[in-house]
Amino acid sequence: MGYEFLGLPLFYYLAMFAKVMVVFAFLIFTVAYSVYAERKIIGHIQIRLGPMITGWHGLLQPVADGLKLLFKEEIAQSQVSRFAFRLAPLVALVPAFAAFAVIPFGDTVEIGGYRIPLQIAAYYDPALGRVEDVNVGVLYVLAMSSLGVYGIVLAGWSSNSKYSLLGGLRSSAQMISYELAASFALVAVFMLSQSLSLHKIVADQAGLFGWYIWKQPLAFVLFCICAVAETNRTPFDLPEAESELVAGFSTEYSSMKYATFFMAEYANMVTVSAVAATFFLGGWHGPFPPVINFIAKVYFFLFCFIWIRATFPRYRYDQLMRLGWKVFLPLGLLNIVVTALAIVL
Amino acid sequence: MIIPLLQGLKITLTHMFKKPITLQYPKERPVVAPGFRGLHALNVAHDRAKCVACYLCPTVCPAKCITVEAAEDANHDKYAAKYEIEILRCIFCGFCVEACPVDALRMTENFELAGYTREEFVYSKERLLSPPSLDGRGQGEGEVLK
Repeated sequence: MGYEFLGLPLFYYLAMFAKVMVVFAFLIFTVAYSVYAERKIIGHIQIRLGPMITGWHGLLQPVADGLKLLFKEEIAQSQVSRFAFRLAPLVALVPAFAAFAVIPFGDTVEIGGYRIPLQIAAYYDPALGRVEDVNVGVLYVLAMSSLGVYGIVLAGWSSNSKYSLLGGLRSSAQMISYELAASFALVAVFMLSQSLSLHKIVADQAGLFGWYIWKQPLAFVLFCICAVAETNRTPFDLPEAESELVAGFSTEYSSMKYATFFMAEYANMVTVSAVAATFFLGGWHGPFPPVINFIAKVYFFLFCFIWIRATFPRYRYDQLMRLGWKVFLPLGLLNIVVTALAIVL
Repeated sequence: MIIPLLQGLKITLTHMFKKPITLQYPKERPVVAPGFRGLHALNVAHDRAKCVACYLCPTVCPAKCITVEAAEDANHDKYAAKYEIEILRCIFCGFCVEACPVDALRMTENFELAGYTREEFVYSKERLLSPPSLDGRGQGEGEVLK
């Protein structure tokens, strides 16, 4: 254990690798089973049973779906722009996972005499006696969630089909509009914490009444609604308005490429839920062991996503844009001004 | 503006805890209601079909799906040499059963009438005389078919 690399013990790198693997496995599992949970919950809300055949109460359904899509023939029509067409699903999926690098999912744990923070891009500095993580974590999360738009634009453009193009345009317009309002909601939070480090933001929220949801209720509501819009979910799932756009940007995609877009949507949901839990619900703080707290909060948000989908009809496109630019954006700015005044006074 | 949205969420949440009304169909089967009008069957008395080929059922049939051909047997009795129901045209109105003066026709509880060929849907006299046993089907633990 005496080896060092770039001034840090080798063990830190091993720990980081282990964290990456565990978090990735957990994310894949959550993404796969959130699809199952969605079908099951919506089924029960509609007084149906949902999937029941594959495995006990349909528990193997995600596995069956995955295998089916994997073995399907890939169809790419001849006019597609090959490179971008293949790249787009990955560009949509990877940033959603990458955002998890800075999200703290637990306090530090001690393994083999080293303190390991449960956050991928972080290490414990014994000299300073504190956790060092990415000091621009908030910007990183926002950057990653914006990057996902490129995948959708690329998919829409490279498919060389009017439905894909219009779906992609709608989707990107929507994501960019709501990204702004969501960012404004987060700005208010890091004005309070006076740090862009997610570790610090979570550490500041100790105790039930330290959660930023109490200090920033408006920002919380804004962020939640914008999160639904940003992930292109009902009631803001216009890019997938079947009656108008077939399947939007993913019209020309089949087999595993389509599945990748599908996973990207759910991975985005998980990411946004994790961000909401981190910023407003105190991250890993709570009554249970830290990691369990965090997971419970993320799953609560995922349930809300599904619940909302089962309840509300779709917005019209002009209503969506009006809501984004004329309601949420001014409210976000107002919230920042009020927060700033409160801090100064 | 907000309150109706919350009310909607409340309704969907309460629905989630209701007992599902669907059946796991091939495994669970509905118990059909009394008087259910399924596939027809010809009634038998003294080892022969009760039908006397009076032609009342093809006459009353609004879908014109019943074909009867009369013949004379050894005792000079009229009987149906041919009795066919084309189930694809049948509307299961039950008028044929009502019209029958000798109670030769009834309707069973069998509602699983899918087939692979057109010929399978023309039920001959033999098939109508020996309705396939339901082997417990139609008598499932499920709820009454509404």
